[in-house]
Amino acid sequence: MSKYSMHLLVCGGTGCHAAESDAIVCNLRDELEAKGLNETVQVILTGCFGFCEKGPIVKVMPDNTFYVQVKPEDAQTIVEEHIIKGRKVTSLLYRDPKTKEPVADSKHMGFFKKQMRIALRNCGFINPENIDEYIARDGYAALGKVLSEMTPDEVIKLVKDSGQRGRGGAGFSTGLKWELARRNVSDEKYVVCNADEGDPGAFMDRSVLEGDPHSILEAMAICGYSIGASNGLIYIRAEYPLAIQRLKTAIKQAKEYGLLGNDIFGTGFNFDITLKYGAGAFVCGEETALIHSMEGLRGEPTLKPPFPAESGYRGKPTNVNNVETYASIPAIILKGAAWFSSIGTEKSKGTKVFALAGKINNVGLIEVPMGTTLREVIFEIGGGIRNGKKFKGVQTGGPSGGCLTEKHLDTPIDFDNLIAAGSMMGSGAMIVLDEDDCMVSMAKYFLEFTVEESCGKCAPCRIGNKRLHELLGQICEGKGVLSDLDRLKNMSLVIKDTALCGLGQTSPNPVLSMLDNFRDEFIAHITHKKCPAGQCRSLLEYIVNAENCVGCTACARVCPVNAISGMRKEIHKIDSAICIKCGACMEKCKFDAIYIS
Amino acid sequence: METIKLTIDNKEIDVPKGTTIQKAARELGIEIPTLCYMELHDLGIENKPAGCRICVAEVQGRRNLAPTCSTNCENGMVVKTHTPRVLNARRTVMEFILSDHPKDCLICPKSGDCELQTMAHRLGIRDIPGQEFAATSTYRKDTSPSIIRDLDKCILCRRCEMMCNDVQTVGALSAINRGFMATVAPAFEQNLEHSTCTYCGQCVAVCPTGALTEVNHVPSVLRALADPTKTVVVQTAPAVRVALGEEFGLAPGTIVTGKMTAALRALGFDYVFDTDFAADLTILEEGTELLDRLSRHLNGDTTARIPILTSCCPGWVNFFEKYFPDLKDVPSTAKSPQQMFGAIAKSYFAEKIGVNRKDMVVVSIMPCLAKKYECQREEFSVDGNPDVDYSISTRELAAFIKQANIDIKTLHDEDFDSPLGESTGASVIFGTTGGVIEAACRTAYEVYTGKKLERLDFTELRGMEGVRSATIDFNGLPVNIGIAHGLGNARKLLDDVRSGTSQFHAIEVMACPGGCIGGGGQPLHHGNSDVIRARAAALYAEDRSKPLRKSHENPFIVKLYEEFLEKPNSEKAHHLLHTHYFDKQKKIIIKH
Amino acid sequence: MSKISSLADLRKKREELQAGMDIRIRALNPENIVQVKVAMATCGIASGSKTIMEFFLEQLDRRNIEGVVTQTGCMGYCYAEPTIEVKLPGQDPVVFGFVDLKRADQIIEKYIKTGELVDGIIPVNYQTIDLKE
Repeated sequence: MSKYSMHLLVCGGTGCHAAESDAIVCNLRDELEAKGLNETVQVILTGCFGFCEKGPIVKVMPDNTFYVQVKPEDAQTIVEEHIIKGRKVTSLLYRDPKTKEPVADSKHMGFFKKQMRIALRNCGFINPENIDEYIARDGYAALGKVLSEMTPDEVIKLVKDSGQRGRGGAGFSTGLKWELARRNVSDEKYVVCNADEGDPGAFMDRSVLEGDPHSILEAMAICGYSIGASNGLIYIRAEYPLAIQRLKTAIKQAKEYGLLGNDIFGTGFNFDITLKYGAGAFVCGEETALIHSMEGLRGEPTLKPPFPAESGYRGKPTNVNNVETYASIPAIILKGAAWFSSIGTEKSKGTKVFALAGKINNVGLIEVPMGTTLREVIFEIGGGIRNGKKFKGVQTGGPSGGCLTEKHLDTPIDFDNLIAAGSMMGSGAMIVLDEDDCMVSMAKYFLEFTVEESCGKCAPCRIGNKRLHELLGQICEGKGVLSDLDRLKNMSLVIKDTALCGLGQTSPNPVLSMLDNFRDEFIAHITHKKCPAGQCRSLLEYIVNAENCVGCTACARVCPVNAISGMRKEIHKIDSAICIKCGACMEKCKFDAIYIS
Repeated sequence: METIKLTIDNKEIDVPKGTTIQKAARELGIEIPTLCYMELHDLGIENKPAGCRICVAEVQGRRNLAPTCSTNCENGMVVKTHTPRVLNARRTVMEFILSDHPKDCLICPKSGDCELQTMAHRLGIRDIPGQEFAATSTYRKDTSPSIIRDLDKCILCRRCEMMCNDVQTVGALSAINRGFMATVAPAFEQNLEHSTCTYCGQCVAVCPTGALTEVNHVPSVLRALADPTKTVVVQTAPAVRVALGEEFGLAPGTIVTGKMTAALRALGFDYVFDTDFAADLTILEEGTELLDRLSRHLNGDTTARIPILTSCCPGWVNFFEKYFPDLKDVPSTAKSPQQMFGAIAKSYFAEKIGVNRKDMVVVSIMPCLAKKYECQREEFSVDGNPDVDYSISTRELAAFIKQANIDIKTLHDEDFDSPLGESTGASVIFGTTGGVIEAACRTAYEVYTGKKLERLDFTELRGMEGVRSATIDFNGLPVNIGIAHGLGNARKLLDDVRSGTSQFHAIEVMACPGGCIGGGGQPLHHGNSDVIRARAAALYAEDRSKPLRKSHENPFIVKLYEEFLEKPNSEKAHHLLHTHYFDKQKKIIIKH
Repeated sequence: MSKISSLADLRKKREELQAGMDIRIRALNPENIVQVKVAMATCGIASGSKTIMEFFLEQLDRRNIEGVVTQTGCMGYCYAEPTIEVKLPGQDPVVFGFVDLKRADQIIEKYIKTGELVDGIIPVNYQTIDLKE
């Protein structure tokens, strides 16, 4: 067994790393060696603790002592005091923000674990291809309970009372949706799972389907029982082969156990699930478009009403929920409405999965209670901004959302707060931007996605977004005029006001929020013909630094458009009217004589 | 019926539940502009994809603007149709649409009759901001024998798609691509010519812009007229004379037969004849075939296929050749009146006036675009010389007349030339749904029973319902008649024929809703079905005004048989006036 | 596979499975059974977790270590894929990130064989709910 009796875990997450965790490791090892303890105490560099704001972190095992904001020079104290004398270094302990008391044992730091996994409860825990592991984790117990002990109305009431709102983006009450579908009388009804995840950077649905497929099957059966449907359909994009394979395995296993099929749990309830493949059109995440696509028609939205609850798949009442929404349902049934509604904020209950992407250290999937602040998500769990750069904004809700800034960091995240701040929850993608990002380009970038993904049915989305995109392009190229800002705003508002479906109605959001929050940057592009972040190529200027130029002519020879003039051994000059900003000269120059303004 | 009370522009109104805001507003005299929306009310045809977003209005309490064409009224609704917000949105959306539309109105075939142009004018658009760097969506131009597709002018109203799929069930056109590059095209981006298109032209009839237009044959006709070696003969279909006046500002349903004849003569046609003459001929050929098949059927001859289907409509012929080739021996073998006319003109008449058929040019004026394709069919030519050289639509004729500085309104009525200009009332009603079978009944009854028909107006065969049926008493023999107009309706009857459950002895089919009067070559109805109704009424009026109303009483037809054809369905008649059909089912071959 | 035909059936099955898994593991060899879970979601597979899974399957056997290697879904540490979780008997599970073949070898040689930690541990920073009623 281990020759070490004690471990010092030093956070090597990118945030802490930047804050000299390497030096801490070195110093600790030196100290230990000096004291002859290097055979009994081991220093380990770990991944991120998700507590980067208080980094660097050093954790002492096995006593779970948690030191925060450790500096390299603290190494000596830790070794001498804690390891040799067995006394905790109080000055380095984490202090409870409320009581201001030091907390010695990280096991008591429940609040430290900002994340709470409900939808992701089994992801990374069970083998998704083995139904037994799901059952061992109380899988299908909720379905059993519902079928044996509850009436459909009781289930709907429970789901309503839990306060869960749809995780697909719009945040409509799940229970209410079920109730509407139940109320419509029909010989046939359908339960649809929307697994057409399409927001760039969002992959929580895929993770759930890959990591815990049975939870979706179970929830769909519960929904089927509640609304009176015996058929379930999962609309999943064909680009998710692993998720499809695991779903197929799960469906097969559930059928073998009799947990899907006829007479489930001997209650006479029948429920079957089939897969429908989507071709990856973003608009098919809109429920009417999704239904048309499943019917073999062009994936295009139609006007609501009629809502799918009245007339959906094949004209029958249909309930469409998102993967993440379904994933929490078994937990809500087993642990109760009160439990679920005790988590989160007043109007947004439970937890939400976010996919962190962009200029953030800990890119990944997290699940936090509603009401967690952006600061906690980005700087604590997410480990802060990459390479120690300055945070500039975070695009929430994918390309349909808005960009939130510094001033929104302490806003508790929930459906309504995000909308009030000019963004939206969307599917939960968070794209973090730093000081190097040009906000005009970012608005253009997000819009490019909606331009590409518009179905083309309605004029404002089909043409309007294209025009917005073109106008942003003009500004990025330094061809903008100040009145363009009013035009951008007017076009955006009209598109929001007139587009047919959610895609079009939200597509100008990035433009509007960038305009609101970063108007100066737009003006810099227009009036000063400068891109403050140095991203817009057309606005860059390559300049020869006269002090460094030796007149070697290398730059002039490499320039593809002959924009550089100058005699041998004379200082060269770049004609920016001719320059195409390709950067070849700068790359070629051995004397660092060319710089960008 | 539940009543809904709401307020539009501060005026209160009660409407039945299910009424849209737009219709409620119209009741109040508020005409909310619409672009993609189109309704042919009498025919049960409605296009409301809610795609153009021009018809938006403000509804109190609603987050965004409501498309009034497809938003139903609700109790207590407060609607404002011209607030600054609405007007700004409507203008901006219109600017969007125009920014992706060619600005070649000066030379566009639709200029002056374009709904987009009218709307731009109505909304007072004088500038399209950002036009200088705006990309436009383009798609290759496609020319077929009948229809030209210039999709750069498509505004995605989806009317053509609705007509082609929902009404006609032809399925040649549907939306392809997405976003800015979305457009309407046949499957696999084939050209129309290689699709399931029947050239019925209903897509052209509803297209609000110049995206779908007919192939223009006026220049060819002009060349023929200018050629002194050619004898140019023109024939005019019945539906033309009740619609042509619309192009000159006359009310729909104005009968301009005499003025049209005068205009054609003024244009320089050597002989101005009437397709109605050939329609009478069709009745004799088709009626005889019907009676023959019917009596053989009644006598237990299992090779006699019943029902017999009419074959006057080229769109319909294309349809069954493509979708029901297994039933190609069911329709009558009689050629359409256009082709019968051409065959007789270039044989009987050419001989009569001593002109070689190669020196004769037969032009037809048709309400139809499928006729352009039909006259180009190989089987309708002799040694490469077509029986009918050019077919031009009512719209093309109107344009031609205007180009020749002729004001049709001031012309004096003139008669058709003899002998191929004489016709009966029976042939006039060929232009409306139910007319062909009514004309056939008038003749078949008298031929079959040997009795004189007392009542000539078979009102039970008339109307605008998509599928109609009636039983006509042939002196004790009940003859079951089915009628369908619109190919979707025809499909229903054909499905029954295919499955062997059809109870009909004879079925009349016309591809266009309303029959030829609603044809793809007619002056545009712009979604007003009253226009089609008025044309039908005019045809029945013209029928009533004729001294002779039964085809077999046409003295020139009688003479034609005496001098040339012997008798209906004779060998010579078969050679000249009958045809055969082909299996043109589309088979998809995917090449790797 | 036998059908589960009632809620009582399911509960019985669940208990069997929970106990069964424990017993199966303990009964074999309480000291030497090691559980390795490899995160095999798309992100994991894309960054090479298949190779890592194969490596563990093969090497535990070859190095005479009694162990169970299973796959699981995404643990959420996408920035640190491939990730694996190793549970030594009687100890809390430990998650390792950025596992390449070299690190996988270290994990077997050091952590699994001697209990000595190696670099690349990812502290679990979330709590997973337990559905127990």
